Amino acid sequence: MALHFELVTPSKLVRSEDVHMVVVPGSEGEFGVLEGHAPFMSTIRDGAVQVYKTAGGEPESIEVRGGFAEVGDAGLTVLAEHVED
Amino acid sequence: MASLKELKDRIKSVKSTQKITKAKQMVAAAKLRKAQAAAESARPYAERLAGVMGSLASKVSGDSAPLLLRGTGASQRHLLVVVNTDKGLCGGLNSNVVKEAKKQAERLIGQGKDVSFYLIGKKGRAPIKRDYADRIDHHYDTSEMRNPDFAEAEKIAEELVGKFEDGEFDVAHLIYPIFKSALAQDPTTVQILPVPAPEQAVTSDAAVEYEPDEEEILADLLPRYIRTQLFGALLEREASEQGASMTAMDNATRNAGELIDKLTIQYNRSRQAAITTELIEIIAGAEAL
Repeated sequence: MALHFELVTPSKLVRSEDVHMVVVPGSEGEFGVLEGHAPFMSTIRDGAVQVYKTAGGEPESIEVRGGFAEVGDAGLTVLAEHVED
Repeated sequence: MASLKELKDRIKSVKSTQKITKAKQMVAAAKLRKAQAAAESARPYAERLAGVMGSLASKVSGDSAPLLLRGTGASQRHLLVVVNTDKGLCGGLNSNVVKEAKKQAERLIGQGKDVSFYLIGKKGRAPIKRDYADRIDHHYDTSEMRNPDFAEAEKIAEELVGKFEDGEFDVAHLIYPIFKSALAQDPTTVQILPVPAPEQAVTSDAAVEYEPDEEEILADLLPRYIRTQLFGALLEREASEQGASMTAMDNATRNAGELIDKLTIQYNRSRQAAITTELIEIIAGAEAL
């Protein structure tokens, strides 16, 4: 019951871990991704990606700019040009 | 034959040159490790982006495709984006890149196309100016940049895309050295604009939802893809420069060592000869008494 989450910038792989849920600020509204999400692609507006390590836990916020999210069989991949954490 | 003093001075100067090349070699070796790590950590992003681009581009085609993918429909005016280093002391790296650029230019001019150059880095300017002074479109100065910086790649990409959208050229090629090892850096040419259609990507049959639609995502991703490619080229350039510099300086250090050995032998011989001559003079003088 874990979602594989990867956050990648042009200069490095920032995160690669199994988490419970990630809330992504999509350009047409925020969306949460849990394990087993249907294949999905979206651009991201500049804002905070919230990573929930465990169900009901406190989220960790990562500011991203110029982002793009892809949900596939392998989990969620967020490509961002700039990351501030 | 050179006098003893001259030889001594010569040895001293070669020794100090050797110290410099040795230092430069060690600096390059340290920087190379860093540059290689940077190039490697940039790979995941580029790969994923290329993957997404591939699956999207095969879905969006025809007239609805964005300009950056579709192109202007012509292929008359070509822009060669040549990536050179800013510093020398790196062996044949820059001249190899320039050679490749000139080869491409010759080929395109031979086909009756218009060619212009967009130069990145200082060291390509002089040699390209010599042959194609009137075709140089722009110099992009990266000498202020200490490490390859994504912001820098962004600026270059913005300029290129702007020129492309203004219709200043039809096709752009990027020429840069690919780092293979400290001994080999191959100059390569890739087309960056319009973004070459990927070879039919294997799309998963799962229905992927897009938000907003495919075209908008693609329009958003294409400039990003170009930026990533330019950033990749800057990283490759950095690694190539350090690798080539390390090898060149290693050779220079070794040559200086050989030269010092040779000069030292010569110095000792002349010293010996001088002593022998002096002795002979003394003995001859003593005998004459």
